[in-house]
Amino acid sequence: MALNVLDFEKPIAELDVNIARLKHISEEEGVDRSAEIAALEEHRDCLIAEIFANLTPWDKTLLARHPSRPYTLDYIRAIFDDFVELHGDRLFADDKAIIGGFGFLDGKSVMVIGQQKGRDLKERQFRNFGCAKPEGYRKALRLMKMAEKFGRPIISFVDTPAADCSFGSEERGISEAIARNMREMSLLRVPIIIAVTGEGGSGGALGIAVGDRILMQEHAIYSVIPPEGCAAILSEFQRDPRRAPEAAEAMKITAQHCLEYGVIDEIIPEPLGSAHRNYEIAAANVKAAITHSLSLLEKVSPDKLVEQRYQKFRRMGVFAVAPKAVEAAQAG
Amino acid sequence: MSPGGWFQKGSKAASKAVRKQLDALPDGLWTKCPKCSEILFSKELEKNLKVCNKCGYHSKLGAAERLAITVDEGSFVEMDTDLVSVNPLNFPGYESKIEKWKSASGLSDGMITGVAMIGGYPVVIGVADFGFLGGSMGSVYGEKVARAFERGIDEKLPVVIVNTSGGARMQEGILSLMQMVKTSAAVAQFDQAGLMYIAVFADPTMAGVHASFAMLADIIIAEPGALIGLAGQRVAAQAQVLKEPPGYRLAEWQLEQGMVDMVLPRRELRDTLIKLLECGARR
Repeated sequence: MALNVLDFEKPIAELDVNIARLKHISEEEGVDRSAEIAALEEHRDCLIAEIFANLTPWDKTLLARHPSRPYTLDYIRAIFDDFVELHGDRLFADDKAIIGGFGFLDGKSVMVIGQQKGRDLKERQFRNFGCAKPEGYRKALRLMKMAEKFGRPIISFVDTPAADCSFGSEERGISEAIARNMREMSLLRVPIIIAVTGEGGSGGALGIAVGDRILMQEHAIYSVIPPEGCAAILSEFQRDPRRAPEAAEAMKITAQHCLEYGVIDEIIPEPLGSAHRNYEIAAANVKAAITHSLSLLEKVSPDKLVEQRYQKFRRMGVFAVAPKAVEAAQAG
Repeated sequence: MSPGGWFQKGSKAASKAVRKQLDALPDGLWTKCPKCSEILFSKELEKNLKVCNKCGYHSKLGAAERLAITVDEGSFVEMDTDLVSVNPLNFPGYESKIEKWKSASGLSDGMITGVAMIGGYPVVIGVADFGFLGGSMGSVYGEKVARAFERGIDEKLPVVIVNTSGGARMQEGILSLMQMVKTSAAVAQFDQAGLMYIAVFADPTMAGVHASFAMLADIIIAEPGALIGLAGQRVAAQAQVLKEPPGYRLAEWQLEQGMVDMVLPRRELRDTLIKLLECGARR
């Protein structure tokens, strides 16, 4: 258990252990210690609230990558009545880092896609650590086109450190696959809801993250490059990856910042102490946000949907318009 | 003073002045090829479009140089010159970096867009400059590219974009990342108008630019030896691409993988663009 505990979670984990021990003892001895337990639990919850009120962007990065965090399949199991997984891109292979298929949301069929990380070492390798290859993005696009054909909404779960950039992925055009998905998703004539549930890892996320409503969990991150990479490249951080916490701060990668900069539409609240402490509440909140978004989009006509989606991303970015002092330069 | 006046005088001071003039000459007169170290006569190198005549290495071109060898003389009219980068994230040191690159390059951003003629064909053209923060794509860059495609749609003009970029601009964080979607969505709109989009990949065309609007061109022309791909060496090393085969991610390799249409020496680029523009011209 101690393996999956972050440094700032340690005081919480200690209380968890004490509470569990008390419960065990009271069961063994048949003594009622519920008052004691309740007091301890209350103390723990206060502690969690206190710790979580002061999280740094780097703490959130660690939470988004938490080995116990619910992954896409956990959400699928909790949110949908049923799920029929579909495989393969019909071109090369079936990528295990991206899953997709029909899901039933309160009885209504929808297309579900998402990145999937693994729990233990074996599964992590099987899922390639959630890093999708070209065939993953191409499978996702095949399924999304199918959803368009049958007029079904698309729900996409984003949780990836980055796209796979191994030799094979470059060879098969990983950049092309991501770029094509963004272009095609911007034109799909069905509602698309994006839920960033863990790491929104740069281009690897974008390949399945163009949509009408972008939802993001409270402790998820969305970033142009992992903080470690940013710190390792920029002289501002002496090119030292150990200064990742500063890079995380500087790049404004939290859900709260993403909302502030207009990159997402809604923050999905997580249970006390982050999603991994209570899968049921985490999933219920995600489901509620998805259902609500769907109800907003279902009334919109396909033409308007596509136009609004274009304008949504068209507006993103911050720059200034200088007074027209500079004459149009002539060259060539 | 008449030419050679000093020599007539024959004074010591005069010969010193001549030596000074001679000393000044080698600076910029000769250029060492960064690849094969051949010493090249600069004027000859310029005439050869900055391509080494020994090993064929294509040196990086600034935006102005690139425009000069690509578009019809005097035809370029820049647009969106009034868009300037701000520091939306309050990223440490970003403003001073921008100012530094602005004064060093004389440009307002790493992407210059405008309308021009190529062989008499009117086009919307975008040209990147690697000298400006590594040609990185921030909000201004993305906005200019999106506007270039929208202008193409409005005026029914083909779009030509010459890329040279390390990727998205980290200093604008998530906003830079979103330029990938914005530009790709703009290409989607442009595609639907039935117009031609040609991309040139100069060294390097990487990451956020490569994996968005750049790869979405109808026709992709790469320059010899250009580094093209999603992940640079540092990132690839992290992904444990341990044994990189020779030529990995270079233009010629990308041609073999089917990821670009052709690899063209710089001197053939303009003529080929003209031919292609004829094929994409609206009838």
